This record gives sequence, C-alpha cells and structure tokens, in this order.
Amino acid sequence: MTPTPTVPLWEVFIRSRAGLSHKHVGSLHAADAVLALQAARDVFTRRGEGLSLWVVPSSAIVASDPQEKGMMFEPTASKPYRHPTFYEVPDEVGHM
Amino acid sequence: MAGGPGLRRFFEDENMATNTITVSETPLVLYALRRADDSLILGHRLSEWCGHAPTLEEDMALANIGLDLIGQARSLYGYAAEVEPREDGRSANDEDGYAYFRDAGQYRNLLLCEQPNRDFACTMVRQFFYSAFTDPYWRAMTSSSDPTLAAVAAKSEKESAYHLRHAAEWLIRLGDGTEESHARTQRAVDALWSFTGELFDADDAEDSLVADRLVVHPSAFRDIWSDTVDVGFARAGLRRPDGAWMQRGGRGGRHSEHLGPLLAEMQHLQRSHPGARW
Amino acid sequence: MYTQALNDRPAAAAVEDADQAERFQARIDAEDRIEANDWMPEAYRRTLVRQISQHAHSEIIGQLPEGNWITRAPSLRRKAALLAKVQDECGHGLYLYAAAETLDASREELMDQLMEGRARYSSIFNYPATTWADIGAIGWLVDGAAIMNQIPLCRCSYGPYARAMIRVCKEESFHQRQGFEIMMTLCNGTVAQKAMAQDALNRWWWPCLMMFGPPDGASQHSDQSTRWKIKRFSNDALRQKFVDATVPQAEYLGLTLPDPALAFDAATGHWTHGEIDWDEFKQVLAGNGPCNRDRIEARRAAHENGEWVRAAAAAFAAKQSQRQAA
Repeated sequence: MTPTPTVPLWEVFIRSRAGLSHKHVGSLHAADAVLALQAARDVFTRRGEGLSLWVVPSSAIVASDPQEKGMMFEPTASKPYRHPTFYEVPDEVGHM
Repeated sequence: MAGGPGLRRFFEDENMATNTITVSETPLVLYALRRADDSLILGHRLSEWCGHAPTLEEDMALANIGLDLIGQARSLYGYAAEVEPREDGRSANDEDGYAYFRDAGQYRNLLLCEQPNRDFACTMVRQFFYSAFTDPYWRAMTSSSDPTLAAVAAKSEKESAYHLRHAAEWLIRLGDGTEESHARTQRAVDALWSFTGELFDADDAEDSLVADRLVVHPSAFRDIWSDTVDVGFARAGLRRPDGAWMQRGGRGGRHSEHLGPLLAEMQHLQRSHPGARW
Repeated sequence: MYTQALNDRPAAAAVEDADQAERFQARIDAEDRIEANDWMPEAYRRTLVRQISQHAHSEIIGQLPEGNWITRAPSLRRKAALLAKVQDECGHGLYLYAAAETLDASREELMDQLMEGRARYSSIFNYPATTWADIGAIGWLVDGAAIMNQIPLCRCSYGPYARAMIRVCKEESFHQRQGFEIMMTLCNGTVAQKAMAQDALNRWWWPCLMMFGPPDGASQHSDQSTRWKIKRFSNDALRQKFVDATVPQAEYLGLTLPDPALAFDAATGHWTHGEIDWDEFKQVLAGNGPCNRDRIEARRAAHENGEWVRAAAAAFAAKQSQRQAA
C-alpha cells in the first residue's frame, strides 16, 4: 500500500458569543481554505457553539519555544508593582 | 405515535396484509407530502454515506445535510397530519405513518431525490441540482400566506442555502480537479440531467394553492435555477447537457426502480411489527 | 477500553537525559499539563500516540455497527438521533486523530496502519449489530462503559488529549441516554420487542465487560501509564464501577444479566460477576472476532472510493494557488 498523501492541517477558532474573542477549538484537514471553513462549520458548530469562525493554516502559526520559557515568561514574575494588590489602600477608602 | 395508525387500519382497510395507510390527499396534504418526501428520501440517501465518506470532514458534512433534510421532512409530515381531513373517531396519520406505512406508489418525491448515491460526484451533482432549486424556493416560500409553511420555509431556507454552497464548492473542485474527477462529474451531470425537469412541475392541485398564495409556483424558479447551474458548470468546466427530454412521474407516485428497495429497507422493521412503538 | 490493547507490550526504555526525565515526572506529579512542544520522554510520546490512535480508530470503526441501522431506524425521531450519534463518533475520531497529530503522527499514517491491520481498536466493535435492540444495547452498555473510561481521561496529563476528551464527553452525554431510551421502549413494548432487548443484552454484556481490558494483574502497561497520569484508574476498578452502575439499570428495565454468578457482596458494597472468557477476548483482539475483517474492509473501501475525491481537491487547490501566484 502506498502511503496516503497528507492533506493540509488547519486550526479552528470560534467566537462563541458576540463580545467574546475567538478561541481555539481544534484542528481539521482540508485541501484549501474554502473547504476548511466549511469543514470547521460542519465539525465544530453542530451544537450552537459559535457565531463566527476562523480557520488558519497550522503551518502559519509561529509558536514560542517551550525551552525558552524561562527567558520568555519568568522575568515578569518579579514585577508585582504591575498588579493592583501591590498597593495598600486603607479599607475605609472603599473600593478603588 | 409510531405505527399506531397502521395498526388501527390493519383491521379496516383492504390493505390488510401490508397495513399500508390510506391518505386523504387534499391539495394541501399532497403539497406537504411531496416536499416532505423529497426531503426524507434525499436525507435517507445522504445518511447512507455515514461512515463511508471520502474524508472524516465530509462524513460530518453529509450527515449534517441529511439531518437538515430529515428535520424538514418531519416538520412537513407533521403539518400534513395536522391538515389531513379526519374521519369520525379516527385520528389523523402521523409522521411515522406517512414515512413507514406508505408504499412506493404513494410516495410523491422527485425522481431526482431517489437516485442512488453511486459515487461522491453523483451525490454532489444530485445535491447541487436539488439545492439550486430549494435555495430560492424556500426563500420565496417564507412569504407564504400559510403561517406553518412560512415557518418551515424560514428554517429550510437557511439550511438549503448552505447545502447549495457546499455542493457548489465540491462541484467546482470535482469538475476542475483531476481528469478522473472531471470525467466522473460530467458523467453524473449527464446521468442526472433528465431528472431536473420535474423540479419545476406543478399539477392542478398545486395550482389551486398557488392561486390562494399558499405556495409559489415551482416554474417561477426555472431561470434562477438555470443561472445557478450555468455559473457552477462554468466554474467547474462542465458541459450542460443538450438533452431536452425529461423524466417525470415521482410527483404522481410513478417511480424509478430505486425507490422500492430504499423503502423496503427503511420500512421493514415497522412493517414486520404492526402496532409496535419504537 | 478503547485502548485496551495497550496492555500487551511494555515500552522500550529510551536513553534520555535523567534530569529532564526527573523534571518531567515532577511536572506530572504536580498535576501540570504537558503540551505539544514540551520536552517529553520518547516512551511517553509513543504510548500516547498508541493510545490516542487506538481510541480514534475505535471511534471511526465504531461508526460501522450502528451505522448499519441508520437506514432501518424504525421512526424518524430515532433515525435523526442515530444519524446524529454516529456522526458524533466520526467527529470524536477526528478530534482524537488531531490530538495524535500534535505528537507528530499524521492522520494519514495512522489510518494506513489501521487499514493494513497494524493498529488496534476496541474489541467491542468486532461484534455484529443484528437487531434494532442492539442499537439500544450499544448506546446503553458500550457508551456507558466508554464514558466510565473517558471521564478520567479529561484529566489526562497530556493537554491536547485531555481537551479532546472534554469535548468528546460533552457530546457523548446524550449517547447513553439515547440507548437506554430505546431499551426502555422495547421493554415496555410487545413480547417480541422485549425478547429482542433481552437477546441484545445477552450478546453484548460479556463483550462490554471485556472492553475494560485484561485484569489488573495481567496488564503490563498500567503502572507506567498511571505514573504518567495517562491512566487514572485500573481496568478492574473501572469494570467494577460499570457493573455496579449497570445492574440496577437492568433491573429497572426488567432484563436479566446473562451471568448466573452475579451477586451483591454486602461486605464491599459491590456486585461480583462471573469469570470473563479471556480467550474470546484474545481471539477478537487477534483479528478473529465475528466482524474484524468486515470492519477493516469497510474502512478500506471508504478510503479507496474516496481517493479520487481527495486527489481532486488537492489538484484543485494546487491549480488555485498557481492561478493566484500568476
């Protein structure tokens, strides 16, 4: 048996409600963008999951390297002053 | 209630051996059954693909279209049951009565809908021809003076619009794909063409509903259908057949050889357990 | 379960950086989730590809026994529900192949393995669905068993698999109810219908118990999979849970489970069942079940009949991008 040729992979994003951003829900195979969008509709929105769909070729996604997690994401941990809880406001001032 | 009417009539009708129902086919009942039968038979055909489609994605898509059509059939059978004249003390038929206890000669669907799936090209061309009609048809039917039909149309219109889009995209890809896919698709077009004339037919019964503005005459969609088909064929590189001869008969219960086996399979369980509920 | 054949072969030890392996295990122990690009032991990756692909194969092979009744469903309501259910199974196969693809195993390659008989899937789908009651029994028992296994997988250490399982479980929630409702209708129906329901239960009960895989003592893979939090409960524990849940349901239906040894153990609070025929299980896994050949043949036929369609779509896509480039 000759190996089956591969079909491009697409990532699917759905906006579930107006006002929310698109969220990744899964991936599928399709030969082109039009078929990918149709397939996304047929596969991922069968139970009223969404109002808007994006399909993106998986190959177009540029991902950060998990090996570089330290360099990429840890320096931020030492900046608590970016968060409101860093600052003291007396209770009697009320919500701020 | 599934099978109920079948059992009751088992003792009353001459069709005792098969517990086939009789239907009072007023123009409105006939109309609803014709459209319901189109949807059910085509939906049934599409359901035959489940588990066997060319890709998993397409398996999902064909099941979705099949489910839409079965849903349309159920609404229309329900309406037929509501408007079918009742005889004293006897309840009307129901959706399963119509689906499971009518013989092929009582089915009123288009010959196009009962044509076998054959290959994916045949299935998509059949869908394209059908949906190129139902898309504008249901849109127009949303302004029916009959509120139930208008509501069925409002739901069916959106479904049919997608069915047309889906079938047309595949028609283009199959027609303009490989040599083999082109040949298969042209063959499907040639084989199914003679079943498209019936889409635009209406008889006296339906004419009376047209006069009352309950329904739109199907012939009103001939031009728009023809344009849709021409655009699709042009993009797919397919040739429009010259043949002018059209097969007819489904609307009147004269079917091809393909409907009998389909119904035998669909109905056998109901028919072999008269009166049972499922 | 859907991946029961995993139990038959220990993973080869890979030579890997001991520190990395330790850090990896620490993450697992801390209930952290592993994601696609994260470092992982080769054996972890291989185990997951095997498990996820077997699960995916089970879903799409699982379409076949029930799919064969879609055209014969005895009411339009049942027809729509069954078509939607079998369609869901296809979707679940699709989600799972996609999860396996995050581990560099393409869907095409995995499907080729299935069609060449090099991959396994749940033994249960090698039994025939011969009556309408089988559709009830499959939904009630097979999906009931599957859900027992699948809910813990929603917390599996591998993120993409866990997320696929969350989606699967959400969608599956109607499957078992659909099957139980069919059984209930049959049990409240005619004598012939009730007999049909009992006959289906008789044929599906033991194969369903086998779905959970060999007894814990005979399962070599379980320890490592448990350490990796791919597997959270043992085969026997899940099987017991299933039996305990199902006995009262059968009683409610007025059906008799085909096991004379079935008894309630007041001390443990569990139902004990009779001996499972593990020879039958091994034969079915080895390809000798009543439908193994039919199932693979049906998959091959779908694949081969669809080849020209996939080729057409690919050729059209290539032409389109050439046209756009020009």
